[in-house]
Amino acid sequence: MAVYEQTYKRYAGALTPEWSRFLIIPRHTLRGVFNSKLFTAFFVVCFLPLLVEAVLIYLRHNVTAVAIMNLNVRELVPVDGSFFQTFVNIQGGFAFILALLVGPPLVSRDLRNNALPLYLCRPFSRTEYVMGKMSVLLILLSAITWIPQLLLFLLQSYLEGFSWFKTNLWMVSAIFIGSAVWILLLALLSQTLSALVKWRIVASGAMLGLFLIPSVFGEFFNQVFLTRWGNLISMGALIKSVTAGLFGTFERTYATVAIRGFDDNVIREVVVTEPPLWCSWAVLFFICAVCLAILHWKVKAYEVVR
Amino acid sequence: MALPISVPGEPIKAQMALVEPPVIDLHGLSVSFGRRQILKNLRGDLRGKAIGLLGPNGAGKTTLIHTLLGFHPATSGTAQIFGLDISDEAKQIRALIGYMPERDSFIAKMNAVHFVRLMGELSGLPPEAALERAHEALFYVGLGEARYRRLDSYSLGMKQLAKLAQAIVHGPKLIFLDEPTNGLDPPARLRMIKLIREIRDSGQAHIVLSSHLLLDVEECCDEILILRDGQIAVYCNLEEERKSNRKFLMLETRGDQEKFVEALAKLGCEYAISSANRLKIVLQEGIEVRDLYRLADQEQVQLRRLSYKRDSLEDIFLKAMENGNGGL
Repeated sequence: MAVYEQTYKRYAGALTPEWSRFLIIPRHTLRGVFNSKLFTAFFVVCFLPLLVEAVLIYLRHNVTAVAIMNLNVRELVPVDGSFFQTFVNIQGGFAFILALLVGPPLVSRDLRNNALPLYLCRPFSRTEYVMGKMSVLLILLSAITWIPQLLLFLLQSYLEGFSWFKTNLWMVSAIFIGSAVWILLLALLSQTLSALVKWRIVASGAMLGLFLIPSVFGEFFNQVFLTRWGNLISMGALIKSVTAGLFGTFERTYATVAIRGFDDNVIREVVVTEPPLWCSWAVLFFICAVCLAILHWKVKAYEVVR
Repeated sequence: MALPISVPGEPIKAQMALVEPPVIDLHGLSVSFGRRQILKNLRGDLRGKAIGLLGPNGAGKTTLIHTLLGFHPATSGTAQIFGLDISDEAKQIRALIGYMPERDSFIAKMNAVHFVRLMGELSGLPPEAALERAHEALFYVGLGEARYRRLDSYSLGMKQLAKLAQAIVHGPKLIFLDEPTNGLDPPARLRMIKLIREIRDSGQAHIVLSSHLLLDVEECCDEILILRDGQIAVYCNLEEERKSNRKFLMLETRGDQEKFVEALAKLGCEYAISSANRLKIVLQEGIEVRDLYRLADQEQVQLRRLSYKRDSLEDIFLKAMENGNGGL
């Protein structure tokens, strides 16, 4: 169908492999996302904590630099599991904001513009569509979380030596799994809300609410009943527990609270314990399963009115 | 597709027609939404270059297209497109199909080239080929000059053309057009009809055209399927119908029409009285127009006007709405 010929002709060239077609969606979407200068600027800001992390690692191993800055090496933060865990949590926060900006319009725009039949009338399945939309966030969030974290881990290993690398190799899985679980949760939740709500602003608000409101209720429950089981409805607390578990810093005993009478005598002591780690994993798994079920229900070429 | 087996003594074209699977083959296809049955036991095979789907609102035209595209599962029975089963080989089928939906369907914040290119890539075209064909498809449908404009700034007619461009960008073998002339002004409608006919005449693709407008279907299609209440009311091969000798005569008379009609019946002609002075007659084999003049002379009836008229699609449609007995 050459322009000058102006006739209808069938395409007879080579086709792309079927397995790779879901990646067409992130390629086109990310191009659109980075058209916004404001977003690009924020994306750059997301790398600032990583820069601080890199500088801290570098200073720890550069005596000259420490001497110039008049710093005591002992005053510097030790580079260990807690160090990486802290930065995984910080980057998790940035990942949340990125997901809030990019995630909600992904499916909702297609629903509002009736674009789903256009995707699904092609050799492109619903699973590929969801995978494509999810991979927009997976790629974007991976770029600011586990990928740079692992590069910094390698930098630390290079500067510290092979024995440090060997001893701390477990951190690789902790960094990767901790970040991956958070990214997956964010991607699934934002897609689900995006599929349920047609308006971007409402979807963004719903996502923010989904993270904030249960956290407030959970904390209220914790304070009233002197427990930590309220954390099971707080996404942030859940992911914190899971990350702590992965970095080996999870402790079930949270605090011991002394209950005093009117005469200020201790009536009894209550040991406040965190829910077991498996509970946090189970709740996260349940949330992901619900999200997948909703996506399966909502992502259809046409809604059938019965 | 497998090469046709050669049978000695048979013309190659005839053999190919025998071996080539039908464009759409319906095997007792039924579709229900909950308890409501939308399509009821559809049977038949369609082989035309351009197949028209007709029927009143709610007849099941769009549901049939959606089911063939794999959007709705069949409750019972099945269908085949080019010999591929819609339930087992949906992905292979979709690789051969282009679809222009009835409603506005776009991807937000995109210009036409970007949109059509994305659709091409999703159909399996490599990025460079998709971009090239996106430009070509947009030029072909007449949006060449407006191809860098954002789709949300397009007029209704332009949007329809952009939808057609995305349906043909990957050069499909079968194109489903769901109400392509909906909401178009007369010049835009004519342009759309011209494009559909061009695609049909190129011989590169089959077309399934669903429309309420009989004229659109009559102008573009060589085979029609009329649906009523989810059933096939009429199947008609317009091409054959046009070729057939069953020609209608429209007569305008003055005088005692009753006597003339009785004489016509004795002669063995089928007739229908349209009004007090107008008659429709089906000329039977062996009866000439001069026999009618002789009869009119005998019965002292003046023949004021005599014209040939084929059974129009409107007649077929109206008859189907009255009777509803399938023709397949």
